[in-house]
Amino acid sequence: MSDPNPLAGTPRRTRDQVADLHFMDARYKLLDLAAFLDRLEKASGPEDHRVRGLRAALPLLLSAGDDRVAQILHLWSDPSVAPIEKADTKAASGVWPGLK
Amino acid sequence: MRYIEPHGHMVSRTTDDYQAMALAGCAAICEPAFWAGFDRKTADGFYDYFCQLTQHEPKRAAKYGLPHYCWLCINPKESEDMKLADDVLALIPEFMKAKTVLGIGEIGLNKNTRNEMRILEKHVELAVKHDQLILVHTPHLEDKRKGTRLIMDVLKAAGKVKPERVIIDHVEEHTIGEVLDQGFWAGITLYPESKATPVRAVDMLENFASQRVWLNSACDWGHSDPLAVPKAMQEMRRRGHSAAAIDSLVYGNPVRFLSQSPNFKDPQALR
Repeated sequence: MSDPNPLAGTPRRTRDQVADLHFMDARYKLLDLAAFLDRLEKASGPEDHRVRGLRAALPLLLSAGDDRVAQILHLWSDPSVAPIEKADTKAASGVWPGLK
Repeated sequence: MRYIEPHGHMVSRTTDDYQAMALAGCAAICEPAFWAGFDRKTADGFYDYFCQLTQHEPKRAAKYGLPHYCWLCINPKESEDMKLADDVLALIPEFMKAKTVLGIGEIGLNKNTRNEMRILEKHVELAVKHDQLILVHTPHLEDKRKGTRLIMDVLKAAGKVKPERVIIDHVEEHTIGEVLDQGFWAGITLYPESKATPVRAVDMLENFASQRVWLNSACDWGHSDPLAVPKAMQEMRRRGHSAAAIDSLVYGNPVRFLSQSPNFKDPQALR
């Protein structure tokens, strides 16, 4: 990183302190995700590309390292580099449709 | 604690939001030109919008003691119509004379199309010609990484753009490093669902850097929170950051960047 000045005085924390601050938040989000996947099981039709992308990201949650968010965002990103001729929508879906 | 909201679409918000932001410590608001949620059909529609941004909205904000500044452009979502975009670009120099205009923005890309790129290049030329600051919108979700890289290519290709006079907004964990590495400022937008949450934003600030970063709510007509910046400040307090560090981030950094425009006045100096 070229900027040599990280946030001054970032306090060092123990894992217990981080859990005290953020565990309940992470807990309810994980349960919401589980409920979403359960809801999909009960629904009919082919798998949506967004859900396929979400499933592809789940193993990254259990991988080592401290950049899981960036890894997931990279996974979901359009890998092409050239501008497209014309768009058929103004919206983005959240996951690059070509992701296998 | 004081803070500056450097990116809020206040024409879409109620006066209750101005009141809440003022009570939360907001000292000034900056409003980039934006997509209205539908495509405007004529340049006259933009003329009225620019009048709203430069004349009406500052008066509305002043009722709550808040200085209001703005940025001008046609948003990339409306750049596919090249004729309309050219007509709107022709309007902008007249409005640059207003004392509350900070620069050209929020320009950038939406779906990374060739027409969007052409209009982005014209906006950059306009900014360089008139020595204006630039505020960049980066695309949403899966289009962000590609669009951010294309935008930085355009800015570098323009030749006369000084990176320290450009803020590239809506960065996330996969784009913030590249933006800062190339010398630009980075904006982290705090949204309830997309972009970054206050918790993730503070993680980014702790993991990356904070000297050329600002936080904003980008509150608009969609799912957004005009108090997102104070909520991020609260998260920093919860994690034990000092009042001075928080102030430096949410007040000092926007003042440092925005003061490169002669029109911006440090709110502290106005009191």
